[in-house]
Amino acid sequence: MSKKFIILTSLILVLAIIFTGCSSPSNEGKDPAGNNQTAGGKKILRSNNSSEPGSLDPALAQGTHESWILENVFEGLMTFDENGELVPGMAESYEISEDGLTYTFKIRDGVTWSNGDPVTAEDFEYTWKRALDPELAADYAHILYYIKGAQAYNSGEGSRDDVAVKALDEKTLEVTLEAPTAYFLELTAFYTYFPVNKNVVESNPDWAKDPETHVSNGPFKLVRWDHNAKIVLEKNESYYNADKIKLDGIELDIIEDQNTAWQKYEGGEYHILVDVPTSVVAQLKAQNDPQLNIGNQIGTYYYNVNPDVKPFNNAKVRQALSMAIDCETITENITQGGQIPAEGVVPYGLKDENGNEFRDGVGSLVEYDPDKAKQLFEEGLAEEGMTLEEFNSGQFVILYNTSESHKKIAQAVQEMWRTALGIEIGLENVEFQVKLDREKAGDYQISRGGWIGDYMDPMTILDLWWSESAFNDVKYNNEEYDKLIAESKATDDQNIRMENMRKAEKMIMEDMAVIPIYFYTQPYVVKENVSGITYVPVRYPMITYADIAE
Amino acid sequence: MSKYFVRRLAMSVVTLWVIVTITFILMHSVPGNPFANENKNIPEVVYQNLLKKYGLDKPLSEQYLIYLKNIVRWDFGESMKSNTETVNEMIARGFPVSAQLGLQALLIALIIGPALGAIAALYQNRFPDYISMIVSIIGVSVPSFVMGTFLIQFVARNVDWLPIGGWGEWRHTILPSFALALMPLAQIARLMRSSMLEVLGQDYIKTAKSKGISRTAVILKHAVRNAILPVVSILGTTVSNLLVGSFVIEKIFGVPGLGMFFVNSIYNRDYTLIMGVTVFYAIILISMLFIVDIAYTLIDPRIRLTKEGR
Repeated sequence: MSKKFIILTSLILVLAIIFTGCSSPSNEGKDPAGNNQTAGGKKILRSNNSSEPGSLDPALAQGTHESWILENVFEGLMTFDENGELVPGMAESYEISEDGLTYTFKIRDGVTWSNGDPVTAEDFEYTWKRALDPELAADYAHILYYIKGAQAYNSGEGSRDDVAVKALDEKTLEVTLEAPTAYFLELTAFYTYFPVNKNVVESNPDWAKDPETHVSNGPFKLVRWDHNAKIVLEKNESYYNADKIKLDGIELDIIEDQNTAWQKYEGGEYHILVDVPTSVVAQLKAQNDPQLNIGNQIGTYYYNVNPDVKPFNNAKVRQALSMAIDCETITENITQGGQIPAEGVVPYGLKDENGNEFRDGVGSLVEYDPDKAKQLFEEGLAEEGMTLEEFNSGQFVILYNTSESHKKIAQAVQEMWRTALGIEIGLENVEFQVKLDREKAGDYQISRGGWIGDYMDPMTILDLWWSESAFNDVKYNNEEYDKLIAESKATDDQNIRMENMRKAEKMIMEDMAVIPIYFYTQPYVVKENVSGITYVPVRYPMITYADIAE
Repeated sequence: MSKYFVRRLAMSVVTLWVIVTITFILMHSVPGNPFANENKNIPEVVYQNLLKKYGLDKPLSEQYLIYLKNIVRWDFGESMKSNTETVNEMIARGFPVSAQLGLQALLIALIIGPALGAIAALYQNRFPDYISMIVSIIGVSVPSFVMGTFLIQFVARNVDWLPIGGWGEWRHTILPSFALALMPLAQIARLMRSSMLEVLGQDYIKTAKSKGISRTAVILKHAVRNAILPVVSILGTTVSNLLVGSFVIEKIFGVPGLGMFFVNSIYNRDYTLIMGVTVFYAIILISMLFIVDIAYTLIDPRIRLTKEGR
C-alpha cells in the first residue's frame, strides 16, 4: 500500500486526536473498580436518575430530576418519615399563632451541616430571602410567595427586609404569612424551602457545582458528580437521625433512555427504577408482578376547551364532549399504567377536613353517557345557531405536544366523538413549546393539558382556574369561583376551606371548563430484596429509608 | 501554497459568520423560550427575572452583537438550563467523550470498510461479494437506534463483561463504537467496491498484469491506491460527524457526550448551548473538509494546488 496513504490516514487520526484536546474522558481511570470497592459489605442502593440535574442548589432546582437527589441530601424544617408522615425535621417543634399567620419554629439541638457548622435559624432566613432575590431568578421562587412580602421582593417592588421571615435568635425562626395557609408546614418540606449554609454560600457562590464544596444537612451527602453520567451519595454520619438510615450510600446513573435504564434494572444492576417504559408497566401489570408499584400522583390529565371559539363557548357542548369520552377505555387500553379514570379535576390522595378522601366527599362529576351527550350536543349547537355540517366544516382540531401516548389518546377521543356525536375533529401535533405559545395566544380549539400538584391540598389543582392564575390556559373567569378560592385561601378553618373547594370543583365541572380524562400515577419497580421505599404522592418514591436484604 | 491557505482560512471565517447569523435568526424565530418546562409554566414575575438574568430582555440586535463579541473571545456563555456548567465547560467535557467513541468507530470503519469493499470487488458476484454486500446493506439501512437496541438486547444482556449502558470504563465504549461504526463502514465498503470495480477494468491494471507483476502487488499498489480516492473524499464529513457524537447512540447507551446537546438544546431552547454546539460543529466540519482537500492533493497526483506544487 502506498506510504503516502498510510501517512495521510495517520495524519487525519493524529489531527483528530489533537482536536480532542489529547485528553481521555476525565472519569476514565479515576475509579475503574468503583463498583466493586463500594460493594464490599456496604449497602449501596443503585438506581437511575433520568436526567442530568441543572443544579444541586435547592433554590435553583426545577423538577424531579433534581428533587430526587436534593430530598436525600437536604432536609427542611419539616420532613417525611419512614411511614410517609410529615414530621418535624430540622425544626424540633413549632408554634402557630391563633390567626394562623405566624409560625415560630425551634431549630433542633445539635443539627449540623456536612462541614460541621451548626444549622441555625439565620440559615433559613438567609436561604428563603436568597431564593426570592430577583437577581438569582429562581424558577421556583413562586412557591415562597406565601410568606409576607415575598412576591413584592421577587418582583423587584418590595425590599429584602420586608420579607417576613426572621431569625429571632440562633434557634428560633419566625415566619409571617400573607394569609393563613393550611399546608404551609408541608411546604417547608419542599425543596425550595431546604436551607443552605449561609457562610458557605456567601463565601463561594459556586459551592453547589462541585461535590468537594457542596455542603448539605440531610441524611446523605454528595460525594461525586460526573455530569450526565453518575451521581454518588454517601451516608451523612453526623445527621441527627442517622440511626434510621440503613443505606451506606446511593449511586445514581444518569441515563435518559427509558429502555436502556429498564434493561439495566432487569439485568440486576438497579434496585429500584422510577421512570419505567409504558409498555413494560402494562406487561408487569398484566402479570401481577410484585416488583411493580403504582403510586397515585397528585396530577390530572385533561383537555382544554377554548371558550372563545364558537360553539365551545356553550357549556352544553363542552359537557357533551366530556360525556362522550369513555375514560375507562383510555386508561385500560391505552395508558395502561394504572391511571384512574377522571372523576373530576381533583385527583385521589388528598384529604378533607375529616381526614377522608377529598375526592370521595365530592363524588364523581364525570359521567360517560353517549346518548345524553348526543342530545346535549344537539341542544348546545342549536343554541349557538349552528348545524352539525357547519361544525364539521369548522376544521376543529385537538392540539397536543408530540408524543406517542398523547397521540393515541387523541386518536381514541377523536373516534369516540365521531361515534357518539357524529363530529369530525382533526388532530394536530406540535412541539411542546409551540403548544404553550398557542395556548397562551388562544390559538387553539381543544388542547391537551396536564398538571402535577406541588403540595398535598386540593388547592394545588383548583388554583389553576382562578381567573388571574398564570396557568389558566382556558382563561376560565367566574366570579363565584374566584370568591370561593379567595375565601379558602384567607382562612385556615378546614371546614370552610374544604366546603368551598368542594363547591368550586362542582362549579368548574358543571361549566366543564376543562375535560378531565384521567388522574396520573407514578409507576415504579423495586427488586424484592429492597424494603423501606415509601411513596408520598407529591414526591418521587422515597429511597431515604430503604434497606437491602442480602 | 500559502496563498491558498490564507484564502481558505478567510473563506472559513466568513462561512462561520454566516452560520452563526443564520442560526441566531432561526433560533429566535422559533416559538417558545428556554424557561418553559413540561407541566410547569412559570409566573410572569419569575419569567421577567430570568429574562433579565440571561440578558434576553435586551433587543435582539443588541443580543446578537454581544453574542458575536463573546464568540470571538471563545466564550459561549452560560447555559440557560444548567446552573452548574457553562457552555464552554459542557463542550469541553462532552467532546472528548464523543471524540473517543468517534475515533474508535472511525478506526473500525477504516479497517473493515475498505477491506470489505475490496474483497467484494475482487470476488465480484461470488460468495464473498454477497456476504460483504449484505453486511453493508444492513449497515446503511438499519437505523442506529435499532442497531443500538439490538446490541443491548442480544449482546450486552448475554455477555457479562459488556455493560448495558453507562460510562466510566473502556468496556463501556465497545458497543457504542460498533453501533456508531456500522453506517460509515457500510458506506465506505460500498463506495470502495464500486470504485475498485471501475479501477480493475482500467487499462493500466491490464498493463501491470501483463508486465508480470504479482497479483498482490497489482491489487495493493495500483488498484487499491486509486480506488481509495473517493473514500478519502467522504472522510471529511464522516470524521466530523463521528467526532461530535450521535444523539441516538449516546442516548441509547447513556454516553455523556456532545451528541445529546445537539437535540436537547433545541428542544429546551437553550439558546447559548444551541449556538455553542453549532459553532463548534461548524469549526470541526470546516477544518475536516480543509484537511481532506489537502490530503487529496497529496494522494492524487493529478490534483495540484499551484503550478509549482510538487
